[in-house]
Amino acid sequence: MHADDLRGLIGRVKRGDMSRRAFVRRMAALGITAPMATQILAVSGAGSAQAQGIPEYPHSTPGGGGHLRMLYWQAQTLLNPHFAVGTTNQEAARVFYEPLAGWAADGTLHPILAAEIPSLDNGGLAADGRSVTWRLKRGVKWHDGQDFTADDVVFNWEYGRNPATAAVTAGSYRDVHVRKLDDHTVRVEFERPTPFWADAFVATRGMMIPKHIFGDYVGAASRDAPANLRPVGTSAYRFVGFTPGDLLQAERNPNYHLEGRPFFDTLEIKGGGDAVSSARAVLQTGDVDYGWSLRVDDETLRRLEAAGRGRVDFQPTGGIEHIQLNSTDPGTEVDGERSHHSTQHPAFRDPAVREAMGYLVDRDSIQRFIYGRGGEATPNFLNNPPRFRSGNITREFNVERANAILDAAGWARGRDGIRAKDGVRLRFLFQTSVSAPRQRVQQIIRQACQRAGIEVELKTVTASVFFSSDVGNPDTYTKFYADMQMYNTTMPQADPQLFMNQFTSWELATRENSWQGRNITRWRNEEYDRLFRESEAELDPVARAALFIRMNDLVVNSHHVLPLMNMRSVNGSANNLRNVLTGWDNTLWLLRDWYRVS
Amino acid sequence: MTQYLIRRLMIAIPSLLGISVILFTILALAPGDPFEELATNPAIPPDVRANLRASLGLDDPIHQRYFAWLFAMLRGEWGYSFVSRAPVGDLILQRLPTTLVVIGASQILALCIALPVGIYAATRPYSIFDQIANTLAFVGFSLPTFFTGLLFILLFSIWLDWLPFIYRANIDATGWRWWWEHLRQSIMPVMVLGLFQGAAWTRFVRSAVLDVIRLDHVTTARSKGLPEGRVIRRHIVRNALIPVVTLVALQMPIVFGGAIVTEQIFRIPGIGSLLISSILANDTPVIMAVTFVFAILVITFNLIADILYGWLDPRISYR
Repeated sequence: MHADDLRGLIGRVKRGDMSRRAFVRRMAALGITAPMATQILAVSGAGSAQAQGIPEYPHSTPGGGGHLRMLYWQAQTLLNPHFAVGTTNQEAARVFYEPLAGWAADGTLHPILAAEIPSLDNGGLAADGRSVTWRLKRGVKWHDGQDFTADDVVFNWEYGRNPATAAVTAGSYRDVHVRKLDDHTVRVEFERPTPFWADAFVATRGMMIPKHIFGDYVGAASRDAPANLRPVGTSAYRFVGFTPGDLLQAERNPNYHLEGRPFFDTLEIKGGGDAVSSARAVLQTGDVDYGWSLRVDDETLRRLEAAGRGRVDFQPTGGIEHIQLNSTDPGTEVDGERSHHSTQHPAFRDPAVREAMGYLVDRDSIQRFIYGRGGEATPNFLNNPPRFRSGNITREFNVERANAILDAAGWARGRDGIRAKDGVRLRFLFQTSVSAPRQRVQQIIRQACQRAGIEVELKTVTASVFFSSDVGNPDTYTKFYADMQMYNTTMPQADPQLFMNQFTSWELATRENSWQGRNITRWRNEEYDRLFRESEAELDPVARAALFIRMNDLVVNSHHVLPLMNMRSVNGSANNLRNVLTGWDNTLWLLRDWYRVS
Repeated sequence: MTQYLIRRLMIAIPSLLGISVILFTILALAPGDPFEELATNPAIPPDVRANLRASLGLDDPIHQRYFAWLFAMLRGEWGYSFVSRAPVGDLILQRLPTTLVVIGASQILALCIALPVGIYAATRPYSIFDQIANTLAFVGFSLPTFFTGLLFILLFSIWLDWLPFIYRANIDATGWRWWWEHLRQSIMPVMVLGLFQGAAWTRFVRSAVLDVIRLDHVTTARSKGLPEGRVIRRHIVRNALIPVVTLVALQMPIVFGGAIVTEQIFRIPGIGSLLISSILANDTPVIMAVTFVFAILVITFNLIADILYGWLDPRISYR
């Protein structure tokens, strides 16, 4: 075997296309022992899940970069990461606070406050999957000069898990136990073997706040902490000033723990306005250097880009815009609850109707005319990182085929052209939130359905109502008092464990749990439940990926879920700004590496 | 007079209470909560979200929440914002100066346009000047500010590249440069608001002056042989401005309340943009505080306008 071939194989392992085990087997066939093969990988940097795609940072002395202007059309209101309700506030907190590690664009981890990413090889991961040991970087100081130690890490765990604090990070910390081994080592212990260990202390949920500042403000007193609005972190930029809902200012931290960083002397984040004028400011007029989340239709972005001052970056994410076909009956009330899980949808219980619906989704047109570069048409629910993407599913738009399926299943057209069978008419209520692209997709689906003898009534609900947890409101997406609905489910980590629990039977949204269960389609499948349980305990990454691919196939082949677009994160940057973005973490996750070229 | 004042103030208390009840009930009945973005994020367990709701007291009965709010307000505690966990009073005070400057300047601009143009047009009714002023005023207050605002941005920021369209409250420059930067970024929002208001007031001033100009005392003054300038200044404008003064006084709460649309377009960190972003985020304590302060201002300036009226026009007496 030539070195080139070897490099190719290592590259496949790095990208996640090939398992380490398969690599070792190939090497063994060539007479290379397993430890040797593992070492080859470790040397080439694929030995752990450590990030590869981080560009070189060219400067060896910090500062001198002048002023960096950023624009967020949603204004930041709060700078404590444990209370960051929305992405904007996480982003703002990320300017000052750092986690142990962050997610790079390729879905791998990159160490920030950790000395290295834990792996089996370096002893960070326990072989039984019940603990992960983080070695902390030494010499890290808070902005006020105090040392960052394991005590701070343990404090963040205590802070986040305290119910009286009411932190949004509680979910990441309440089921784990954190132990300090020495001043620069902490161990996260799990109750069960846990293949997905990179949740606590990682990325958006892992930003570290200092114990010596927040120590007196735990629990109910947490919201009185002055540092909620005046952060003291470890990052490359330290706090200057903050006006909630308007402007955030920061300056270079002269004692940053990584050489040569950061580049800019001062920076500001201006908040407010709307996405279109934000895009205009960064792409067309050059008023700012960076514009966050330009959720604008692609045609407009292209037109603004033509001015030649800025560019739009698209990063893969796991977010999936999809249509759900209700598996329960929204028209029947059981114990004061519609769409009750004991009922069956009168039309969608027939697999032929669901299959026909699958043929009526014109993904190509939706991609071409609506989402453009902002998304990628997909037949899969689970799309990213690529190692979890199923290759078994294909979908086409074919009205004739849909008609043939419905004819064969006995759904005959009535006098008004609408199909019916045994008194059930194919007339569906299709709801989604108010948003220009969603309303256009609704139209496309309705037109296709019309051609197949299905009448679709469209309904739109304001986003703040649709996505609210208000138990008293009948229009929330979790109640699903409609036949079909469409929205985007985000995937905040580069791992599907939390993402795929939304089809398990114990997550059903019901009245008992105030419709807070995550299974909103109310689709249930014993095999799916079993596969999911297996994945929670499967420590071999390849076998685990295979489990998730089978889960995806089960969901998609049930036709209760029609995936449309795998969304990308969309951000605008000035042409001379070099930044490191990612779709798996805050876009400011590696702000320390940003610089400008002349 | 004192009795009248006391009576008016006594009436103000139940009105304010009524306003606060209505505001609070409407906000409490409005669907949604501040945690919309957590909903589709699988990493946030639903019970964490429920706990958040409960920690803000959103699950308590409406009347309980109202009285909690009322008693806190009476003690001078405005509460904490749901989304920024900062005291509401601080949020409002941070934004008040910007709003006062921008909206205040626009109202002054409006007066500077409306008074001379309206008076001159009224003293020469149906002249060419009057026709043009009338037409422009009509166009001016027919165009909504969100339209003229975008038009100005397109013209002055994008095509001509003269003026910035992102307003920055913190400008790190000193001396003349600081003034210049502030002037540059304020021109467009002040013009948009000032021209709109000016157009409406121009028509009002013109008709007020026209009403007075036909009165007998003006004819008397002219027949006494007084110079035209003196007749206009002393005998016409002074009387005609009485209704204008009350109109301007009633407009004053707006100066504190901000301009929601214009502030949003130009990203001016004023009270108006605070209000709209709080409404979008279902941030009840901030919405309550801003609207309630606004209600107080409206009632206060109504009273001031009434008193001013009596002072300017001795024919009116208070009983």
